[in-house]
Amino acid sequence: MNLTCIICPLGCSLTAEICGETVTVAGNGCPRGAEYAKNECTNPVRTVTATVPCGKTRLPVKTDRPIPKAEIFSCMDRIHRLTAVAPVKIGDILDKTPWGANIVAAGNIEEA
Amino acid sequence: MRDLVIIGGGPAGMAAALAAREAGVEDILILERDQALGGILQQCVHNGFGLHTFGEELTGPEYAWKYIDKVVEKEIEYKTETMVLSISPEKVITATNATDGIFTVEARAIILAMGCRERPRGALATPGTRPAGIFSAGTAQKLMNCAGYSVGREAVILGSGDIGLIMARRMTLEGAKVKAVCELMPYSGGLARNIQQCLHDFSIPLKLSHTVTEIHGRERLTGVTIAEVDADRRPIPGTEEYISCDTLLLSVGLIPENELSLCAGIALDPVTGGAAVTAARETSVPGIFACGNVLHVHDLVDYVSEEAATAGKSAATYLRGAQEKNVDLLLRTDGRIRYTVPQKITEKADTTVYFRVAAVYRNASVSVYSGEKRLFTKKRAKMAPGEMESITLPASVLPENGELRFILEEEK
Ligand code: SF4
Repeated sequence: MNLTCIICPLGCSLTAEICGETVTVAGNGCPRGAEYAKNECTNPVRTVTATVPCGKTRLPVKTDRPIPKAEIFSCMDRIHRLTAVAPVKIGDILDKTPWGANIVAAGNIEEA
Repeated sequence: MRDLVIIGGGPAGMAAALAAREAGVEDILILERDQALGGILQQCVHNGFGLHTFGEELTGPEYAWKYIDKVVEKEIEYKTETMVLSISPEKVITATNATDGIFTVEARAIILAMGCRERPRGALATPGTRPAGIFSAGTAQKLMNCAGYSVGREAVILGSGDIGLIMARRMTLEGAKVKAVCELMPYSGGLARNIQQCLHDFSIPLKLSHTVTEIHGRERLTGVTIAEVDADRRPIPGTEEYISCDTLLLSVGLIPENELSLCAGIALDPVTGGAAVTAARETSVPGIFACGNVLHVHDLVDYVSEEAATAGKSAATYLRGAQEKNVDLLLRTDGRIRYTVPQKITEKADTTVYFRVAAVYRNASVSVYSGEKRLFTKKRAKMAPGEMESITLPASVLPENGELRFILEEEK
């Protein structure tokens, strides 16, 4: 399988060969690429980012770890139901998802 | 009189301020047009920033906050919602805001960090009506991420630069259908990772060598006609295809924002659209420095921060009166290499030269010549216009004066 590594901006072209349980990866510029390719073949994951309303402005949010790719749109549904209340700090947990990731604040808003 | 005034409080301005402070400059003032520090990063809510600088994946706002926190901690003075109107060659800055009215600041040194702006629809001359629903990709990004508007339901994106790719994903996540991304060139100008995670992940077609040839609709956009283009980028008759959509996003290039540089009498490089600078990022006006996207458009904010730190340090050296100018070299390119930054080298030191190529080249080498003498060669398996390249020239190879020619050769 041919893949493009999305872990860093170099975007190495990877090839992954699946043989039973083992995945052999080539073309990766660093070990993170091998890990990415293995995940991509077995359980592809992505970090989801968006913004939610917070008083008169909007707060950037993200999943604090990647979630299964197939759940991206269910994750967006959860994000659409959220509102934040100032003050909020980077890392504050707004929601716990069933996929082991929290939806957290990715910006700071001091006053309401 | 202020020691150092920095125009722009985005990633470049903040990193320059911090580096200048680190190098001993006490009196620093940052002037920022927007309501808060952070610049364009505040609307770039996607992740992938900062791996290079911080070793972790951050969203744009998180990357900005790393610097905002330090600016506050170091008590560096800044004024937001302050618009700089002009800079004179004598380094007198005229600016305006709601509290101070119109005011002037005299500076001993200035760092320009105004960033860039998007090429607008007007620059494309696409025929058709002028309905609502046509946005530059960055404007749509701001409306969506900072104001919470849904920009449209069905979209076509013209241009495959990174902002266009990021917006294809963002609109899809917010429930819109992105029908196609059209790219005039036979290759994408965006990062490979963004093609994967923004287009392939959502099965959005990327149509290379395609452009929008007509815009339809009276009040709101109703559709666009796209067509394939030939090697000279002219639409090929018979390849037209109508796509109904209510939104067209343009991601067709960024232009360094240099009105202020021009009024300060700074010489610009016609290729980058930014100032021509020395390795210290000093412009043709002594004591005025430039860094970040106002100088040339960078792929990664990490590189902006790096360059800004150089400018900050150099401004500190200038203010101490400790600049060393012991060589005088002009950097020239061959067209296949479109430009270099810096454009001049004035100090005998290890110097990293950044450059961009004009097309996709495989198995090519970049050589640096002084007269007939080859000083340096670097081989690359692939170079593309979307990716900024660099070469570090050791101090020992630099001649005293003359031209350094950057030449790209393809291997047979
Ligand atoms: S393999 Fe490593 S170097 Fe290559 S893109 Fe992935 S993270 Fe970057």
